[in-house]
Parts: sequence; C-alpha cells; structure tokens
Amino acid sequence: MTDVTPAAPVADPVGEGHGATHNDAAQHGAAQHGAAHHGPTDRYYVRIAVALALITALEVAWSYLPVWKDASGLKSFVEVGGLLVMMAVKFVVVASNFMHLKFDDKVLTRVFYAGLILAISVYVAALVTFEVFGGGTPGYT
Amino acid sequence: MTDLADPHVSGAPGDPPDAPDATHASSHVTSTGISNEKLAMWVFLGSECLLFGGLISTFLLYKEKTADGPKLHDLYDIGFTSISSFVLLMSSLSMVLAVSAIQRGDHRALRSWLLVTALLGSVFISGQAYEFKEFLNEGLGFTTSPASSAFFTLTGFHGAHVTIGIVMLISTLILSLRGRITQEKAEAVEIVGLYWHFVDVVWILVFTIVYLIK
Repeated sequence: MTDVTPAAPVADPVGEGHGATHNDAAQHGAAQHGAAHHGPTDRYYVRIAVALALITALEVAWSYLPVWKDASGLKSFVEVGGLLVMMAVKFVVVASNFMHLKFDDKVLTRVFYAGLILAISVYVAALVTFEVFGGGTPGYT
Repeated sequence: MTDLADPHVSGAPGDPPDAPDATHASSHVTSTGISNEKLAMWVFLGSECLLFGGLISTFLLYKEKTADGPKLHDLYDIGFTSISSFVLLMSSLSMVLAVSAIQRGDHRALRSWLLVTALLGSVFISGQAYEFKEFLNEGLGFTTSPASSAFFTLTGFHGAHVTIGIVMLISTLILSLRGRITQEKAEAVEIVGLYWHFVDVVWILVFTIVYLIK
C-alpha cells in the first residue's frame, strides 16, 4: 500500500502480555506510540472516503433499479442480499481504516467483533424464535 | 490563539522529546501495550453493538405493524436521507483527518477538522429533526403504531449518540484551544474519534436496513 508509510514493527502484544514485565510493556507501548505517527497518509483516508461515497451512491441506485419492482422470491433475495453486502463492505471499511483496526493491535479487533457477533447471534436467534414459536410479532395482533 | 500548549501541562512542546507525562506513562504500563482508556472505549463500543442490535431487531419485528397510521416507506424521502448519510460519512473523514493532524503535531489542522466534524454532525442532526417534523406533519407520531415507535426509538437513540459525539468534539476543541491537547496526548483525540466512527458505522446499518430495504 503506497499511501501507508512504513511503521516500526510491533510484536503481538497478546502473546507478549502473559509474561511481559512492566518494562517490556512500556517499551512496547513506546513502539506503538511511535508507530502511530507513521500511519496512513491523509490522501489514503480521502481515497477511502471517496470509495465509501461511491458505494453509498451504488446502494441507493441499486434499491431504485426497476428490475426490483414487485420483486419476490429469488429476485427479492438478490435485491436485499446486494444491499446487505454493500452495507457490510462499508461497515468493515470504516472499522478497519477510519477506526484503525487494520493498523492497531488485533486484540481490539477481537473485542469489537466479539460484541458484534454476539449481538447478531442473539438477535437473529430472538427473531427466529418469535417467528417460529410466537407466530410473528410478540405482543401485537 | 497560539499552537503552544500550556507549559505547565505535562508533555507540552518544549519538554524533552521522550519525557513521558503521567497520563501517557500510565497508558504504557499495561500487559497488552494498549492503554486502558482505549481498550475501555473498544469494550464499550462492543457493548453498544448489543444496544443497537436490540433496537434494529425490534424495528425488524414491528416494521410492518403500522396499525391505521401511514406506512413508513411511503413517508421516507430517500434522496434527503442519502444526503444526510453522505454528510455523516464525510464527518468520519474529517474526524480521521483531525486524528492524523494531532499525531503529526499540527494543532491548527486539528482544530479545523474537529470544527468541521462537529458542524457536519450538526447538519446531520438538523436533517433528522427536519425528517421527524415532516413525519409528525404526515400523522406519524411516536405512539401512532408499533412501527413508528420502533422507528423513532432506533433513529432517536442514534441521534442522541450523534449529539453526545458533537459535545465530545466541542469539548476536545475547547481543550485544544486551551493547550491541553498535546501531540503526546493524541490518543485522547483518537478515542473521541472511535466513538464518532462508531456512530457512523451504526448509521451505515440503519440507512440500509431501515430506509433502503423495503
């Protein structure tokens, strides 16, 4: 990636953490702090933002395609699937680049996506439960 | 306003390059090498996924239950909401440029980008307020139907998060103007940025699930 200036190599702090002394951790932190000054350039961020704007425009255009008029079955699946894929791409691009998950310690990625996966699992299970056992919407007829 | 920080503040320009200030030093002494503040923000954002997951699920459950009120998709102005989404997306760009600016010690750029981010956030919130007013004029209130309650709760909670984010941005801007944000404390700006980007990624989900998927 040409827009990312070389950063100081940073060892996996999760692996280090278990046996690391405070001095090790301090040195590691200092290395990380130094690396923070050599992250992506502003031009890189602008390119990411342009890509996100284009995907958003594509999403809106996709939802208005005449082919989806009164769509059902496979057509509807493709329409909704396309929108969900574009949504997921935007989500990951923002989280990875603007939130620096791509450049930061992997433990942060695990913490964040653990919360996200837990949320998706719990609520998909809840929605399926209501659909299967509750006859649709709870508390409303 | 000068870019010079308060000399009494630890870590201000003029300190030896490697002189650790108290806050910064404490952030280094962790077994993971990640500061506690940053890790705490990420854990908080992970838990926020559950909050918004619940609100989105509730919306999905009730979105067809419009009772005698108007249907949500008949009222949406997708063009208007698309522009709002674009504005919020661009505020994420200005936020990341603010973080980038403080990391290279450019205080003037930091303040400019923080101000731009807060302004773009305010534009988004104004747009949401306008949308709510239009819905109310069309007869869609909070208690009109289960669908409207779910819609206003979800988008209202998101709007509240954006508002809190704007307060955080303005507070950071004021701290910077007082010389309390030094290059060594760039992580404080980064943590505010994490919250702001999270608000943006939540809107990415809301825009698609609530507005675009019929």
